[in-house]
Amino acid sequence: MSRYFTKDHEWIEVDGHTGTVGITDYAQGQLGDITFVELPGEGSAVKQGDSVSVVDSVKAASDIYTPVSGTVTEVNGDLDEQPELVNSEAESGGWLFRIAIADANELGSLMDRAAYDAYVAGL
Amino acid sequence: MRYLPLTAADRAEMLDFLGASSIDDLFTDVPEEARLSGPIAGLPSHASEMAVERHMSALAAKNLSAGSAPFFLGAGAYRHHVPASVDHLIQRGEFLTAYTPYQPEIAQGTLQVLFEFQTQVARLFGTDIANASMYDGSTACWEAILMAGRITRRSRVILSSGLHPHYASVNRTLAHFTGDVIEGRAPTLEGKADDQAVIDSIDEATSCVVVQYPDILGRIPDLAQIAEAAHAKDALLIAVVTEPVALGLIEAPGNLGADIVVGEGQSLGVGLQFGGPYLGLFGCREKFVRQMPGRLCGQTVDADGKRGFVLTLSTREQHIRREKATSNICTNSGLCALAFSIHMTLLGGEGLARLARINHARAQRMVERLTEVPGVRCLNDAWFNEVTLVLPKPARDVVRSLADRGLLGGVALERLFPGVPELANGLLVTATETVTDEDIETFAAELAKELEGVLA
Amino acid sequence: MNAHNPAGWRPSLGESGGDGDKPVTSSGDRGLMLEEPLSFEIGSPDKCGVDLVEADAAPLASLAGHLRAEAPALPGLTEPEAVRHYTRLSRQNYGIDLGPFPLGSCTMKHNPRLNEKVARLPGFADVHPLQPQETVVGAIEVIEQLGGWLVSLSGMNAVAMSPKAGAHGELCGLLCIRAAHEANGEPREIVLVPESAHGTNPATAAFAGYKVESIPANADGRVDFEALKVRLGPDVAGVMITNPNTCGLFERDMKAIADAVHAVGGYVYCDGANFNAIVGKVRPGDLGIDAMHINLHKTFSTPHGGGGPGSGPVVLSEALAPFAPLPLVRREPDGSVRLIEEEGAADAAPLTFGRMTAFHGQMGMFTRALTYILSHGADGLRQVAEDAVLNANYVLRSCEDVLDAPFGASGPCMHEALFSDQGLPEGFSTLDIAKGLIDEGFHPMTVYFPLVVHGAMLVEPTETESKDGLDRFIESLRSLASRAHDADESLKSAPHFAPRRRLDETRAARKPVLTWSEQAEDE
Repeated sequence: MSRYFTKDHEWIEVDGHTGTVGITDYAQGQLGDITFVELPGEGSAVKQGDSVSVVDSVKAASDIYTPVSGTVTEVNGDLDEQPELVNSEAESGGWLFRIAIADANELGSLMDRAAYDAYVAGL
Repeated sequence: MRYLPLTAADRAEMLDFLGASSIDDLFTDVPEEARLSGPIAGLPSHASEMAVERHMSALAAKNLSAGSAPFFLGAGAYRHHVPASVDHLIQRGEFLTAYTPYQPEIAQGTLQVLFEFQTQVARLFGTDIANASMYDGSTACWEAILMAGRITRRSRVILSSGLHPHYASVNRTLAHFTGDVIEGRAPTLEGKADDQAVIDSIDEATSCVVVQYPDILGRIPDLAQIAEAAHAKDALLIAVVTEPVALGLIEAPGNLGADIVVGEGQSLGVGLQFGGPYLGLFGCREKFVRQMPGRLCGQTVDADGKRGFVLTLSTREQHIRREKATSNICTNSGLCALAFSIHMTLLGGEGLARLARINHARAQRMVERLTEVPGVRCLNDAWFNEVTLVLPKPARDVVRSLADRGLLGGVALERLFPGVPELANGLLVTATETVTDEDIETFAAELAKELEGVLA
Repeated sequence: MNAHNPAGWRPSLGESGGDGDKPVTSSGDRGLMLEEPLSFEIGSPDKCGVDLVEADAAPLASLAGHLRAEAPALPGLTEPEAVRHYTRLSRQNYGIDLGPFPLGSCTMKHNPRLNEKVARLPGFADVHPLQPQETVVGAIEVIEQLGGWLVSLSGMNAVAMSPKAGAHGELCGLLCIRAAHEANGEPREIVLVPESAHGTNPATAAFAGYKVESIPANADGRVDFEALKVRLGPDVAGVMITNPNTCGLFERDMKAIADAVHAVGGYVYCDGANFNAIVGKVRPGDLGIDAMHINLHKTFSTPHGGGGPGSGPVVLSEALAPFAPLPLVRREPDGSVRLIEEEGAADAAPLTFGRMTAFHGQMGMFTRALTYILSHGADGLRQVAEDAVLNANYVLRSCEDVLDAPFGASGPCMHEALFSDQGLPEGFSTLDIAKGLIDEGFHPMTVYFPLVVHGAMLVEPTETESKDGLDRFIESLRSLASRAHDADESLKSAPHFAPRRRLDETRAARKPVLTWSEQAEDE
């Protein structure tokens, strides 16, 4: 399994042809207390860069862009009752959705952990 | 000038502090050509309170006020008695001159009233929740249609023929620009509302049906039946209530299956005012809360654990979501919502029910007496406080002629539906608790004179 | 010597802003600081503050299937109880009547009481919108006279009076633009909006069916004209510009921008929220705009009422005038004045885009605004703009040594002074300054808007603030900046003296409780 990152602070954990997507710990810190997460419909087809989810904090609503193209296979049902999971476990239990990856080559345009950390340090 | 606290000495001192030789030094960013050299020519100079009052009073005197004549108009704006304390309370400076409660620590007055208002509207409408008001019933209706579109992701909208023509017109105007397909037509002179026609036109492409209750001719649709038909096709029912006092007598639309209930709150607390400012009411099912337009007030606690209220779910709104907002609305109708809430609190539910029964009884008496005039028949099978009479001649002329004689005798259907000749003899008449027996007798007598010699 | 507090007494903040060794009362009230339950908690179904004689007839038999089984489940209060309830609630509110309300872009000026008196004359307050027009000539003339003033003050050609508030007016203007393009046979998809714009601008453009693209601001806080010119093209329906802009600065390139937009066949919408800075001094029509909404509840003093009602008439250029929505006021050749509704439209307004609202507009705000305008006259309105601008510059220069003023060096501001959080020490935010102002007895300025300035604080004193009032406000603002620099931790938990401390907005958003219920659990 490997984890990749985007400039918009999404992460994708790849296992074979499936990816699990969430936002980074840095991102949740920037957003503040998360109050609601709007998730894509299971089965929806999405293209890399599409806005597929919205994460609401008290004073902001942030679009979440899918790191890769594919089909959404599952969404994190826990977030309905506990949106705060995205704050406390952004890079684990606070995952947003799973996706069947259409084109593994798209992962080449993403960053690895080291590159992402360096990117954040420079912000 | 009585509203400008700066004295000449103040101005001089401040300009000096700023290092400016004149006020125009502060307007240097305005291009020379655009700067006006003095007050705009041709416009009057400042005037005293006395002079302004004289001018405005002269304009007011040219209008026949509802209180100075027998008055029977409705059609989406109703004359009810507003208790004297309402107007005094809304003029308290802390309510009148307050802003939108974005700093909740010093706006708990406004916020608590909004929470009470939301509760009152939800209970009146029979919906789970309600928002903190929209501009008026017509724009609330359009916002409901947009909301239904967001939920169903469909764009075909069916308007019942009993929807207020101004509301239908607003919907059509705006749908032209959004691409929603609006279907509806003017009503016909039937005693029953057009429920079956509405039901028959619902299909799998329908987003919502919009049904006014009671309708523009005063008829009472069967909302439960329409709701069932809509839900069978996964469409939503939007009920429109232009006379909330009716809900003291007839069942609440939310309890009959309406998914979204919108309306005009003007009847309670807010006077006629020649058409505005009015009060948009908006209620819906709890599961739709994040799709709702407008401001919402929610309960919470403060740092000391005390109960308090704040505006919430703001991320739907324009100042945060910008082009993806559920609506562009910013300022709503706060002071009118306060007036409504105070009036509703003074009445209570039992009081509203009593008020509704009185309205209905007044209308029954009005219909009884007016249908005794030869040639006049009542169209409606049922009504609340508003009915359509069918006259033996065009109603528009009758209304004008009665007005010339100092009687405001209803709204001619031709005013509401110009260019629909089948409706020309229709007259919409309304009786609220403000109508006296004497008013009714005068109306009957004058109407009889108007219709003398006209063959039925 | 500050006459406001001659004894120099200061309340002590204590450890958590508490009352130190003061007693706890059994009522929970503290002198004139009064707590007030919900009406549902004190009312009852058998109380009623309105005397109603029971109806003298049974309902129609034909209503049988429609009757509700029980009265609505809402308690009532008698008049003394209701008056007390709402009076006590009002005392937990700040208003312009209490002190300065320096909210940038809101123009919280004094609300004259003559306005209230005039609006309540029965000839205005007690007339129905659908009465025969011959019985409401005076009301129609009010709309005509106010419209005439707005056209003259703005230097435009026509006015649409029916929009119900500023955002509604923005929609009106954009729909006129859209209708004009459709009439030309050229539907265009894009509207350009500065990134500093108020959220209503892009929301409105989207509502009107447009795609929105952002224009950046330059280092001077104004629209980047070069970037705009690059983007202009035949797909641009128009631009929405606020002038003076949301940073409180006059857009010097306004005329050039308008010319450039017209050159590609587009139209210019001007957000008139900041008209108070230039009324009587500049006519936006002279700068080439095509439509502008005017917030009567800002520039023209109609009361904010805790969140409306507002009124947003839209002045229009010759190009857009034909598309104005119904109803319209027309002076007939025979001298009479009429409201043109749907039936008269074919003749009088054949290109109207239609109706935006039921009835005729916010008449109650028209009477108030016209009263205000007649009181000031052309000379008084010009003085309003001058004093508004003078007051804002006074605040700017009095505070720019202790608070960062991002555009302070580029020249004077207009009617509002903009500060950022750049000068604040680590750990202290704009929010802390705002909440600290509450303890000082003021409503905070606008915060975190415009978005283009970090931690923005936008101060608009308006012309109805006295010099003394400004001095007191300035002193409080300076003292808060000082406390931040002295690392005064109590600022972070301000306010300490308001009816409520900081409220848990996260909780309100995560688990929304929007109505009262009998089974409501205690917090």
